Amino acid sequence: MADPMRIRAQASGDKAVVRVLMAHEMETGQRKDSAGKIIPAWHITDVTASLNGKQVLAAEWGPSVSKNPFLQFTIKGAKAGDKVAITWKDNHGDSRTDEATVS
Amino acid sequence: QYALAFNKTAFDAKSIADALKAYGASAPVESKDVTLTAPEIAENGAVVPVAAASSLAGVKSILLLVEKNPNALSAKFDVTDAVEPNFATRVKMGQTSDVYAVAITADGKAHYAKKEVKVTLGGCGG
Amino acid sequence: GLGRWAYADAATAGDALYDVPRFGNVSVLHMTDCHAQLKPIYFREPNVNLGVGAMKGKLPHLVGEQLLKAANIPPGSAEAHALTYLDFETAARRYGKVGGFAHLATLVKRLKASRPGALLLDGGDTWQGSATALWTKGQDMVDAAKLLGVDVMTGHWEFTLGMDRVKEIVAKDFAGKVDFIAQNVKTADFGDPVFKPYVIREMNGVPVAIIGQAFPYTPIANPRYMVKDWEFGIQDDNMQKMVDEARAKGAKLVLVLSHNGMDVDLKMASRVSGIDAILGGHTHDGMPVASIVANAGGKTIVTNAGSNGKFLGVLDFDVKNGKLADFRYRLLPVFANMLAADAAMDALITKIRAPYDARLAERLAVTEGTLYRRGNFNGSGDQLLLDALMDVQGAEIAFSPGFRWGTTLLPGQDITREWLMDMTATTYSYATVTPMTGETIKTVLEDVCDNLFNPDPYYQQGGDMVRVGGLEYACDPNAKMGSRIQDMRLNGKPIQASHTYKVAGWAPVAEEAAHAGNKPVWDVVEQWFKAQGGKVAARKVNVPRLIGAVPNAGYDA
Ligand SMILES: [Mn+2]
Ligand SMILES: [Mn+2]
Repeated sequence: MADPMRIRAQASGDKAVVRVLMAHEMETGQRKDSAGKIIPAWHITDVTASLNGKQVLAAEWGPSVSKNPFLQFTIKGAKAGDKVAITWKDNHGDSRTDEATVS
Repeated sequence: QYALAFNKTAFDAKSIADALKAYGASAPVESKDVTLTAPEIAENGAVVPVAAASSLAGVKSILLLVEKNPNALSAKFDVTDAVEPNFATRVKMGQTSDVYAVAITADGKAHYAKKEVKVTLGGCGG
Repeated sequence: GLGRWAYADAATAGDALYDVPRFGNVSVLHMTDCHAQLKPIYFREPNVNLGVGAMKGKLPHLVGEQLLKAANIPPGSAEAHALTYLDFETAARRYGKVGGFAHLATLVKRLKASRPGALLLDGGDTWQGSATALWTKGQDMVDAAKLLGVDVMTGHWEFTLGMDRVKEIVAKDFAGKVDFIAQNVKTADFGDPVFKPYVIREMNGVPVAIIGQAFPYTPIANPRYMVKDWEFGIQDDNMQKMVDEARAKGAKLVLVLSHNGMDVDLKMASRVSGIDAILGGHTHDGMPVASIVANAGGKTIVTNAGSNGKFLGVLDFDVKNGKLADFRYRLLPVFANMLAADAAMDALITKIRAPYDARLAERLAVTEGTLYRRGNFNGSGDQLLLDALMDVQGAEIAFSPGFRWGTTLLPGQDITREWLMDMTATTYSYATVTPMTGETIKTVLEDVCDNLFNPDPYYQQGGDMVRVGGLEYACDPNAKMGSRIQDMRLNGKPIQASHTYKVAGWAPVAEEAAHAGNKPVWDVVEQWFKAQGGKVAARKVNVPRLIGAVPNAGYDA
């Protein structure tokens, strides 16, 4: 089971800036191990975000997004106390959802 | 509920043009209404902070691409009414390259901003 | 000739030089890049500081008489000696050593006395560059800077002491005394500020903001693992935000204490509006006149205060009706013979050095030629290191980093361990020997050359070209990356792209190199000194053949 995300959601005016750090290897599929064998690609492919249960963002990522990925986006109309949830899914079928409260 | 959308053809594409084609977008034109924020010199080629934004009307998605990576496309963000067309992430770069932010509008047109990001060996100093 | 002060006694000359009338109502004193030089030293300025693209023929890319002409300074004068390499040995013997914190302290006190409320700003590269700074983990310089009365500082080489040590000094030693500021250093996770971005201090009723700009390329020019939790970068947008925020808080004068390097400062001044002056460092340019840069919001003054404790910049501002009306700028050379040593500072320095005196003073050899470092391509001091690295380790080629710190020795002077450490003391000065193909060698040279001669200053890192021993080459600074390095030869024979060569080097930035068990470079060089029989002949300095860049006002052959 992957480590939890670190999520910061901060309201400013009538919007909230959300910053997320996910724990994932994001293996490119281009590297070789010490025996010269290609290390297979292993990366997050899909990311979604929701505000109070309603989806606000969908993203597709390739293996060139950095290890332990960072994501920042801004939700309109979000206020302190609202719930932001982030979900990622990788090409192994693994996935994880974490939630934070807008402060 | 939502459909997972990962477009393998787009992410397997070698060139920027082919990646955009996989999303049905036209050849991109440079636009001052698209902004790309990236460092001139990467502090670490494995972790290059990049941000893309657009002030164009009717933006449907925003893409980040690295021209000289083995596969050009790094990330695609779909814009809804609930988020600003402004996203930041961090990408890997194998070598010095132009980085592109591309905004695709509802009419299928692609608009871009680009910036050269240098990946250097490092080590010198004043 | 040595000009009108040649026959005056030192004190009279000093009075004329240092009697700077006060102007306006806000004053700042600016020191930068002292590189931990507590004692007076010799320091030869470069005869090669090429400007390319739009920078050609402009400050700071002027050397020798071209620089004097731009500043209207008579050749042969004390100031001319401080600013240029001209007639170096004769003038150095005439005017004596420069810098030294005890002499600098006297000058600072003198100027503060005539300028009530004046602040002393330190642009960084203060905690590195000497044996004692290395051996005390910067504590010697921290204590000396506090006694000197530094009010605000930013940094670069400071960070090579590691994040914990920097945080410790800022939190403990500097608490309530020195503000360490940097708007462009953020945590690598969520981008939180690591240091205060700016401070606002009131001087004679005028609120003055000082914004910090640390060296943007620290994790590239120096080992990234030493600052792994921090991100740097130029960060123009955030700089603009800080300027606007400081103005909104009531600042009537906005200054930037920068370690960008002067070309980067000049570009930043054209892009950010609302900065009254950028006081810069890193590129070690002793600028006798200020550069004025136009931008959307008006004009910005850009200065740079040299290195090694050799200069003190004085900026006096007249702030009237809430804005800058006029200013005066002087760059004062610190001549040890013209400024009496401050007793308290002298005592502190003596105390700091006491445990190390014997080690520092040990004579390794006598030099027959001048040993210096500055210049775009090479210096005789660098050549000595290259020769030693090749000889001792049986390498056919050597690289030495294009650092701009390190002090100068005159012919006949002792080469002491202190001088060797002045040239090499960093926290990662491992000596390396690496097999490299001709192709790799070319890639390395091209990479460093682009850091120096990219026509866009934001793509530069502000050091000099890597010094090269053994290998001869030609360099076309105006060419594009990949085509600047040409005609590489070893012993007259062209370098083969696929052939492997034995290449010596030092100060690797890769983390693995720190754990490879390599000797420090000074151990290797000391071994070489032992084999020289007490004397080191003048070095034959290996510089590339230049293609296309000359004539240039930044080049004196
Ligand atoms: Mn420096
Ligand atoms: Mn520096």
